[in-house]
Amino acid sequence: MMKNLLSIDDLDRTALDELLTLSEDFLHVTEREIPKVPALQGKVVVSLFYEDSTRTRISFETAAKRLSCDVMSFSVGSSSVNKGEGLRDTVQTIAAMGIDAVVVRHSAAGAPARVASWIDASIINAGDGSHEHPTQALLDLLTLRRARGPELDGLRVGIVGDIVNSRVARSLVLGLDKVGANTTLIAPPTLLPTVLDGWRASVTHDLDDVLPELDALYLLRIQRERKSANRLPRLSEYSARWGLTVERAARLKPDTLVMHPGPMNRGVEIAAEVAEGPASLITEQVTNGVAVRMAVLYSLLSSGARVA
Amino acid sequence: MVDASSAAAQPDATAAPGGGRFAIRAHVLSADDLRRAHTRIAHEIVERNHGAGEVVLLGLYTRGVAIAQRLAAAIKEFEGEDVPVGALDVAFYRDDISLRPVQPLGPTEVPVDITGRTAVIVDDVLFTGRTVRAALDAINALGRPRAVQLAVLVDRGHRELPIRADYVGKNLPTKIAEDVRVRLVETDDTTDDGIELWGPA
Repeated sequence: MMKNLLSIDDLDRTALDELLTLSEDFLHVTEREIPKVPALQGKVVVSLFYEDSTRTRISFETAAKRLSCDVMSFSVGSSSVNKGEGLRDTVQTIAAMGIDAVVVRHSAAGAPARVASWIDASIINAGDGSHEHPTQALLDLLTLRRARGPELDGLRVGIVGDIVNSRVARSLVLGLDKVGANTTLIAPPTLLPTVLDGWRASVTHDLDDVLPELDALYLLRIQRERKSANRLPRLSEYSARWGLTVERAARLKPDTLVMHPGPMNRGVEIAAEVAEGPASLITEQVTNGVAVRMAVLYSLLSSGARVA
Repeated sequence: MVDASSAAAQPDATAAPGGGRFAIRAHVLSADDLRRAHTRIAHEIVERNHGAGEVVLLGLYTRGVAIAQRLAAAIKEFEGEDVPVGALDVAFYRDDISLRPVQPLGPTEVPVDITGRTAVIVDDVLFTGRTVRAALDAINALGRPRAVQLAVLVDRGHRELPIRADYVGKNLPTKIAEDVRVRLVETDDTTDDGIELWGPA
């Protein structure tokens, strides 16, 4: 039985499939008139976010509440962090109050793993620096699975954008490889890692080249807070060559799925018309995110449910 | 799925939950007996509720759903009335989630608004009553039925909660270590229905 979810690599293929199947069960729960079950009554989940977030934080908190957990929300802005309290003291203080899980987002890669080494509660990585964002990869896989059926073997997925700074890309590439999909990373050289050894994906700089072959096109956000824009001459040039414009979207296969983890820079990596078009699964991704996080919390906090 | 031990032991007929070997003690109900039990329970449901108009059958996964469909087919035959059948998964309402692995068995699907109707919970075996308690909570989340009743093929005793069945195919005194195994053509890898009592060999 698994205690933490720190990386998508914590899950083997069987555990991944089971988690996605469980997510579909929870998707049914979220569609009910009362989308809440008492499964994890009495469990306490803390969301500990050292970085800004709207959707991930709300998504985790919604998921926890739909499982009848008690949710405590830690905001750096109004906490003793502003008095100079370090991560370890903060975490141990929270742990001493008696909690079952901590959802951690931090700008430093590896922070959730450090937290896991300090306290007994289950730790869920909700994004650590440019390292990983496993529940995002899980919700993306669930979205692909619901659109294409459970067999994703051989699916051609293109990931476009700021690969080097992207924890979403890192987790997603690992997840896609586990389910047998073929991933192509598409980015200008400045937005690719200098060393690509170990990335289970092929690489190209030319989006137009691979556009017509893709089954799914995944657009990453140009992350102004991680200064990805500094690696580009101009945002308009990025849009012109790597953005999913209306003209480019027309050259996709008619059934190519368009995805984006949000928040979107409309008109930069994706045109507003495309984001709201029929091929776009962006809203489904958000909906599926709650179900995936319910499945993760349930698997970690209900005794015996097998995850890995 | 009524009790953990029978569900866990179901896939392998010879392995006992404790690790020993299990053997058949008694053939409890044959396929013909089961057919008669279904017919009788269907009649009792209609008789007790003065018709089937306000009834909704809620089968508990996995076999309860198949039994509920059989009851609905029987009622349709002698009463000419279509009784709605729902499928209920109670996994997330169980009280033993922190004690053992609890995985959902199928999607909860109830085709009608149960508020104001008489909901009949249908399952194969009534044992501790904990599954039924979970079902009562699951029903609560779906609406407010006028009344809730319980139909089971076998009542094997050993209740741990104040729950009793309104319609029973067969009352079967058992020892706690024994196992009631239900085979239905819809849900089990079998060509004929049957219920057997198994016990440590």
